[in-house]
Amino acid sequence: MQKFSGWSLLKEAFGGHQGWKTQWRRAAPKAEYDAIIIGGGGHGLGTAYYLAAEHGLTNIAVIEKGWIGGGNTGRNTTIIRSNYLFDESARLYDHSLKMWKDLSQVLNYNTMFSPRGVMMLAHTVHDIQVSKRHIHANRGNGVDNEWLSPEEAKEFCPILNVDPNIRYPVLGAALQRRGGVARHDTVAWGYARAADALGVDIIENCEVTGMRTNASGAIEAIETTRGLIRAKKVGVVAAGNTSVVMGYAGVRLPLESYPLQALVSEPVKPIMPCVVMSNTIHAYMSQSDKGELVIGAGTDAYNSYTQRGGLHISAHTLESICELFPVVRRLKMLRNWGGIVDTTPDRSPIISKTPVKGLYVNCGWGTGGFKATPGSAHVFAHTIAHDAPHALNAPFTIERFRDGLLIDEAAAAAVAH
Amino acid sequence: MLLINCPYCGSRPEPEFTHGGQAHIARPGDPANTTDDELLNFLYLRENPRGLFRERWRHARGCGRFFNAIRDTTTDFFVTTYKVGERPELPGGAS
Repeated sequence: MQKFSGWSLLKEAFGGHQGWKTQWRRAAPKAEYDAIIIGGGGHGLGTAYYLAAEHGLTNIAVIEKGWIGGGNTGRNTTIIRSNYLFDESARLYDHSLKMWKDLSQVLNYNTMFSPRGVMMLAHTVHDIQVSKRHIHANRGNGVDNEWLSPEEAKEFCPILNVDPNIRYPVLGAALQRRGGVARHDTVAWGYARAADALGVDIIENCEVTGMRTNASGAIEAIETTRGLIRAKKVGVVAAGNTSVVMGYAGVRLPLESYPLQALVSEPVKPIMPCVVMSNTIHAYMSQSDKGELVIGAGTDAYNSYTQRGGLHISAHTLESICELFPVVRRLKMLRNWGGIVDTTPDRSPIISKTPVKGLYVNCGWGTGGFKATPGSAHVFAHTIAHDAPHALNAPFTIERFRDGLLIDEAAAAAVAH
Repeated sequence: MLLINCPYCGSRPEPEFTHGGQAHIARPGDPANTTDDELLNFLYLRENPRGLFRERWRHARGCGRFFNAIRDTTTDFFVTTYKVGERPELPGGAS
């Protein structure tokens, strides 16, 4: 792997930048692998990286039907936080947040992680009570979160409208200072480059079309558009398409796939120093390093795989954004798009073994998987390597729905339910 | 925004409706002898197909009635909508 540094940049500058090498190989599928990861997003590429880096498996392939990072990894609004309510979630998400801190150094790839603070607004008495409950629960779990008055919220984000006479006035906010944003593409590229350097094959434009099990019911091979590939272990990290892929192995999951929309404005000078989220009125916003305001909307109401959604969903979010941040009212929106998110009934992920031996699944991240990328990949790699969950993902099984052990984060997700 | 054909009222815009998830899910009949797996199946496991999907809608801001639909989740086009109690065949004859 060609190491990136200030020195290498200077050296290549003298050579007219002609010496930069391809960051990962364009691999063709081999006949057999020790492990195959289905899904070349951040979680999948990260899983392959940790399998190779920490568990010594190097005969691994990542199979991606499109291009890596082209699904939800490249479509989300990049918010990173760990202020989840329940102990299991707080531990899992905070594990991830801690890994974000030195991910750029670990991967030798600038993920542009910027812990600029995530502020979640409260607009009603109920919001205040829920926010404060979260703050106390978070502090009990060693996760920072603090309560701000409307004036303090305004000081933290000067463009915020705290006028008490708007439809949903800001009555206060919960602030996680360690939260922030990162550049989403770099996460896929950084993991891909680091995994490739350890021998992982990254196979793009290769869609899975079936799975085969042997006589004892263990996974044996996957069928793809580029032929049959044998594998001892298969990890499925296919986000919105997980139900389809797992269906090939006959495993039903408590998942529903919905479009989730986001949009960006034309780029402007820095006006937004933090991330602001409002669960109650379905709006969240931050500013990218390029200057675009990155705005997240809610999910559409119905199951779909179209990667687009109804314009009225985006319009609803923009109405909220314009009231909360009057300064943006004249901005034009440059692009809007949708990603397909796989949601579970309790809005917590599934990172688990499955009824099929050698088949593992990491799914159900719903509307908030980006923040968990490093931690999710790390514990999923452990689960695959040891055929047993890591302590952090042990509660996130498929069986929890049968056994009544839900981790009901519905109230803590990025949208009101 | 979808244009949805309520079987009682005709075509109306999507914001008049609420989505009710997968259609034709029956609660297990005998509560005393229902197993955990049957309850799991009823409460949580859902078809999530990439393609034709039978789903419930409610014309919440109209007649208020539930009805069912067949929609293609890869295009969002409706094949048909139908009243509760009916079950038209899917195109191609599958159930």
